[in-house]
Amino acid sequence: MVSNRGEIMAIKDLPTDEYILKGHAACPGCPATIALRITLKALGKKTILIVPACCSAVIQALHPHTAFNVPTLNIAFEASAAAASGVAAALKMLEKKDVLPVVWAGDGGSYDIGLQALSGALERGTDFIYICYNNQMYSNTGIQRSGATPYGAWTTTTWTGKKERQKELAEIVMAHHIPYVATATIAYPEDLYEKMKKAKEMKGPRYIEILSPCPPGWRFDMSKTVEMSKLAVETGAWVLYEVINGELKFTGYSKRILEGKERKPIEEWLKMQGRFRHLKPEDIEEIKRQLDEKWEHYKKIYGGKE
Amino acid sequence: MQQCLPCKCYRNEEGGKMIIVDTANHIAALAAKMARPHVIAAYPITPQTTIVERLAEYVEKGELNAEYIRVESEHSAMAACIAAAATGARTFTATSSHGLLLMHEMLHWAGLARLPVVMVNVNRAIGPGWNIWSDLNDSLAQRDTGWIQFYASSNQEVFDSVIQAYKIAENEEVLLPAMVSYDGFILSHTSMPVEVPEQSKIDEFLPDFKPGWILDVENPITHGNIVPPEPYMEIRYSMQKAMDKAKKVIEEVGEEYGKKFGREYGLVEEYRCENADYVIVAMAAMAAEAKVAVDELRQKGEKVGLLKLRTFRPFPHERLKYDKMIVIDRDICPGLGGIVYNEIKGNGSEIYGFIAGLGGVDVSYKDIERMYELAKEGKEGWYPIEVK
Repeated sequence: MVSNRGEIMAIKDLPTDEYILKGHAACPGCPATIALRITLKALGKKTILIVPACCSAVIQALHPHTAFNVPTLNIAFEASAAAASGVAAALKMLEKKDVLPVVWAGDGGSYDIGLQALSGALERGTDFIYICYNNQMYSNTGIQRSGATPYGAWTTTTWTGKKERQKELAEIVMAHHIPYVATATIAYPEDLYEKMKKAKEMKGPRYIEILSPCPPGWRFDMSKTVEMSKLAVETGAWVLYEVINGELKFTGYSKRILEGKERKPIEEWLKMQGRFRHLKPEDIEEIKRQLDEKWEHYKKIYGGKE
Repeated sequence: MQQCLPCKCYRNEEGGKMIIVDTANHIAALAAKMARPHVIAAYPITPQTTIVERLAEYVEKGELNAEYIRVESEHSAMAACIAAAATGARTFTATSSHGLLLMHEMLHWAGLARLPVVMVNVNRAIGPGWNIWSDLNDSLAQRDTGWIQFYASSNQEVFDSVIQAYKIAENEEVLLPAMVSYDGFILSHTSMPVEVPEQSKIDEFLPDFKPGWILDVENPITHGNIVPPEPYMEIRYSMQKAMDKAKKVIEEVGEEYGKKFGREYGLVEEYRCENADYVIVAMAAMAAEAKVAVDELRQKGEKVGLLKLRTFRPFPHERLKYDKMIVIDRDICPGLGGIVYNEIKGNGSEIYGFIAGLGGVDVSYKDIERMYELAKEGKEGWYPIEVK
């Protein structure tokens, strides 16, 4: 496979080190666990993980056991980025300069309740990586609507489908002028790995968002997580890019779309998910309109017109 | 003694003791600095702001080697202190009123995580309507969070209590966060002379922080994941035991401080309680005013004393064994009554409770003398709304 650096690298080349141990409590087919496994292979042993309320707080397994083989601080839902500032400050004062604070938060804890603390930590230049694994809903509490839930999606708080569009957190993050922003998804592990590696080598606030298709939340078969993730990119429902010091570059399949490759029909992605089962033709038209609008925006960026 | 201007410090030629005349807020900042915290995370709020302003100045001028995190809220201030303490750092923050209320969730977090964060809270009333004056409801509303609570009645006590708070909180038998509270404006913005020991003596008294647990990449632990009911109850039990032990540690540390610096402290301060028919119970600045009232009343031949509550958590029930007590609350639990009064009620004593001074209403020693007279007549209640 071709990684975003242009180097040849396949999954088999990923380090064999494991920081997610056996016996964790994730659902079968859980994308968060796949994403964290790859992430920690890239970031390595000298990582302090900060986890707010989210599925990963449960995945760790019950006290006094843990499936996470890096030091992990669980913290209140809205407080993870502020906690990262505290860890970073303490590491600096205690001269542990090679240890990296990393927030591992869901979209609820990032887009919604934790947005203030995230913005604060980015603005004050905290030396950390903030990772949002985005499954487009509050999954830990049982599938409720979040700011990341897409238009039309069923959740237990939007029974007839969400009436509003999702916001673009990565774009809000970009407005903080931080050195590194990237998006990824688990279908492209080498891309995710390379982006994590790149972020690790940088200083200051770094933000990576990983689309994480959730089988029970999106209502699809647990064996289809990777396909769902791949199709999200191929249909343009998810976009892969990285922003280094303000310069945005599209990566992987998303770059190819901007080079002229046609997006696969969005219906292919929607029909695989029970959360979109109720959609009427006009809802699908609205989703297509939003998608076209989004890609027009990306085209302008790609063409250097924005 | 010679005064050196403009820093307003006095230096005793023989002993090298330094007397500084300054506000409680600047004294609190100085005490925090002398405790050598690694990490300060703070957010401004009246009437606390001058503490964090002064600390920022110390750090930026290189007088204090610490990381200063300019957080975007008090909730984040406490989250940052918790996380820094979990990484092995000594931490400090300061707040007031709504800032403390916003921290509430994280106050519980610090307590349950057994992290010895030290904080100053400048007591201020809660809105609406906006009121920036003294009222103890902000910190008393945090009484169940697992924080040790001290209340100071003078700027000297503010300094001494901040230093002792670190030693008590970090004691391996305690390992609980500690809060030092004092009245907004009455103390926070009032200059008083304060004797400040030399840094080397403070360092002798307060050794480096040895954490109970830390986030260490060489020995990875997971802190705070899902905990089943039985071990959760054990965690709660160990907190209660730590609070019980804190009573002994507070007395020991207060005594050691007295031997070293000449001012002894404990859970309570008893003033002219010998042969007293009535003992007034008060805390914070109200207790300083009550001392004057006791002197005045004693001069008139009244047998009255004062029990100043220095520590509200752990609560020193065993020291409140007087037959007749007059409790003055600058706080209110709506639907119950005075908070301190209700802590003591039911211990077998004859107790008269007064609610006074809420939202910064001035309470002078004359008012306290009047409350004593009213109690002798068997009266109690809201002063001066119901009884005067």
